[in-house]
Amino acid sequence: MSVLEINKLKKGFGGVQALDGVDFHVEKGEIVSVIGPNGAGKTSFFNVITGYFSPDDGHILFNGVNIAGHQPHEITELGIARTFQNVRLFPNMTVLENVMVAQHCRTKTGIFGTLLNTASYRREEREIEERAKEVLSFFGQRLKGYRWDQPAFVLSYANRRRLEIARAMATMPELILLDEPTAGMNPKETAELTDLIRQLRDDQGYTVVLIEHEMRVVRDVSDRVVVLDHGVKIAEGNYETISQDPDVIEAYLGRPAESTNE
Amino acid sequence: MTDMLERTDAPSAPQPNPVDWSRVQKWGALGGLTMSFIAAIGMVTVLDRRPIISPWLSLGFLALVWVPLVFGFVSATEQVPDGSPPPVKGERDLAAGLVTGLLSGLFFSFFIVVIYTFDLTDVLINLGPKLVELLTFGRGIGVATVLWIIGSGFLGLVGGALKLASRKFRSALSAAAVGVLGFALLEIIVTDITQGLHIEFVSDWIYALNGGLTTFSAAVIAALSGVFGWRSDQRTLTERRLERMNLDPEVLFRKNVTAAIITILAVIFLPMILGGLTNELLANVGLFVLMGLGLNIVVGSAGLLDLGYVAFFAVGAYTTAVLTSAQSPYWTPELTLNFLSWEGWLIMAVVLGMAAIAGIVVGTPVIRLRGDYLAIVTLGFGEIIRILFLSDWLAPYFGGAQGIINIPSAALGPVEIKGTSSQAMFYLLSVFVAIAIYVAWRLQKSRTGRAWTALREDEDVAEAMGVNTTAAKLTAFVMGAVFASTAGMIFAVKVGSIFPNSFKLLVSIIILVVVIVGGMGSIPGVIVGAVVLIGVLGGPTQPGLLQEFGQYKLLIYGAILVAMMLKRPEGLWPSLRRQRELHHEEMSQDAWLRTEVEHDEEGVA
Repeated sequence: MSVLEINKLKKGFGGVQALDGVDFHVEKGEIVSVIGPNGAGKTSFFNVITGYFSPDDGHILFNGVNIAGHQPHEITELGIARTFQNVRLFPNMTVLENVMVAQHCRTKTGIFGTLLNTASYRREEREIEERAKEVLSFFGQRLKGYRWDQPAFVLSYANRRRLEIARAMATMPELILLDEPTAGMNPKETAELTDLIRQLRDDQGYTVVLIEHEMRVVRDVSDRVVVLDHGVKIAEGNYETISQDPDVIEAYLGRPAESTNE
Repeated sequence: MTDMLERTDAPSAPQPNPVDWSRVQKWGALGGLTMSFIAAIGMVTVLDRRPIISPWLSLGFLALVWVPLVFGFVSATEQVPDGSPPPVKGERDLAAGLVTGLLSGLFFSFFIVVIYTFDLTDVLINLGPKLVELLTFGRGIGVATVLWIIGSGFLGLVGGALKLASRKFRSALSAAAVGVLGFALLEIIVTDITQGLHIEFVSDWIYALNGGLTTFSAAVIAALSGVFGWRSDQRTLTERRLERMNLDPEVLFRKNVTAAIITILAVIFLPMILGGLTNELLANVGLFVLMGLGLNIVVGSAGLLDLGYVAFFAVGAYTTAVLTSAQSPYWTPELTLNFLSWEGWLIMAVVLGMAAIAGIVVGTPVIRLRGDYLAIVTLGFGEIIRILFLSDWLAPYFGGAQGIINIPSAALGPVEIKGTSSQAMFYLLSVFVAIAIYVAWRLQKSRTGRAWTALREDEDVAEAMGVNTTAAKLTAFVMGAVFASTAGMIFAVKVGSIFPNSFKLLVSIIILVVVIVGGMGSIPGVIVGAVVLIGVLGGPTQPGLLQEFGQYKLLIYGAILVAMMLKRPEGLWPSLRRQRELHHEEMSQDAWLRTEVEHDEEGVA
């Protein structure tokens, strides 16, 4: 059974049909890239999956459960985590706190437990902190040690992107949606992140869907590529097939996409 | 990097910039306007009765003469763009200060001439002969205008000269000013304490018979506090706090424990030596600290701007009144708020229950609103609740405009905690405030607190990270309601009778101002804010330490709020997070200078 199975997904905003009957599926342990020109509906697609918008029509089955129309936090709890296209951290919380918050739906101590400082509350807080440190150590030395207590806004751009991924991991998801994870990174950082995305699957066991413009990343990590244009899926397949597909080439301004002849 | 630091056109000796005359004109005119305004609203006449230094300086004149001094200082401050070298001090500062002072004096003299010539009492009641008499020193209009112009010019010059003085000298001088002003204004409390300690001769020596410091005692106090200011730590509060953060945790812990013990001892023993009036002030402060801590959760932690907070205060007060008063119009269980019997606990449970219900009732419909919309809707709810209590419809249950009277005092076993005994009330409030501080502090750094902070920082992302924003917001509302209605319960047994008009919008706004001035999201900030605003200036209906300012309270609140927003938006005792938020850029820059910020490699955005 697919981890994520989407049928005839539709979402319109006034006159614009952002998603016009998209079919999509992800198998466990896959890395799938969603590409397409600007305004193709990629981010809307993520927003509908994660519950920010409820779809006009269609099913979104996550492990067989229809999550269309659920609240974002319910969907996170079921096991889908995401990052944002324009990095959205909690800038004034520390690095560690950013990751600790993300475990909210995996923990449960309420106000009374907190006030009474119960043993289970103390244990839970300790576990949250340990788990947060563990997740951050995934990025080597970059988000460790003195960085834990720094507010997120002092981080470099690349580290903010990394922290966003750490935060997504901390929600203990099954499926991670990455929205342009390498946007604004330099080639070296991009290459490093490409490795990390692969590790997310190979070492950590997550299933990954990513939106990406950087074709080198798409080529290097994707098991499968899905191309959206004007809310419609115009092609699907492995990178080689997609890069030869005449529809895809046309969608990217009617000539071979720049990325294919780099 | 290095060629950026080397300035190719570095001048050999920096030259002072010329005086910015348009700026000086602006401040001079503003100074004159401010002085005229202060005189026109009657501050001079009313406050003239209160001597500062007997017999030659009254609070009324002080309300005027600070203007040319401060404005002269401000207009002498040279504006330089960020990053340029600091301005060179010199005669230009003196000139700017002097001209600002002269201009202020000129404008103000014009004002005096106008009120001398025309009778404007129909327009503004204060512009009468009494004011003219005061402002002309009874010596005729000609002498008075000249005196005001020269005097203002001199004060402006002094203001400009302060710019030239060293930082140390300035801090000594301002300490002296604060010392004299403090002792003069706090006459009541100082006398109160000396009486409590049976050392009345001290206050007899400090103060003149008809109030105010004597010239001699003023000089002594100025000298002592000046020395204190000279020797004091020259760093800003923020610098000190940042340093504290870097202290060894063990040292910090010991320091905190010492501070806590001192506070507890002060809370226990201070009321014994203080007189009734001061205790009353402290009790009022306690009441507002309690409410402020609650609002601090709603606004400071969770970022929900609630302008109808007084509604919860009203719910607590009315619940208590109905349960205890024999005069409650509809239902009279006549329980007593005895903290050692089941009745007291039952009352508290019902009050908290009603608070939670009110929190959910007000919270649920506004949960989807954000920012300004939330503020307006909650403001509406606050008024609705007050008007409901006032309405004829509910009058059979809550007494309408007559309110509920004869609410019996609280008790501790056989001991009655009389509402009129401010000492007892202070102790009672201290206990509740202590509990509230504990609750607020625990919540702040817990899972719930983190969710609130995330909510405030970015609601959408918080939701994507699995925070149930609806639940988090409702919890914040309910916690706020619990604090406020506890305060309402104590308020009811303290004053003994409650009326719908005790719960006006103004109360909500003042609690909010307490939180903002103190420092949003900061627990000590709320206490500092309440002491400064409620204790010193007075609450919505409660008099403060400076009773003379009573009728100008709201004006001063407004002035403080504006000044704070401009100069110290993070509040008097800010939470670290808030400070970070408002000084984001400076702090990133500092961090960058300390090379803590990682450099983005190779020209990445």
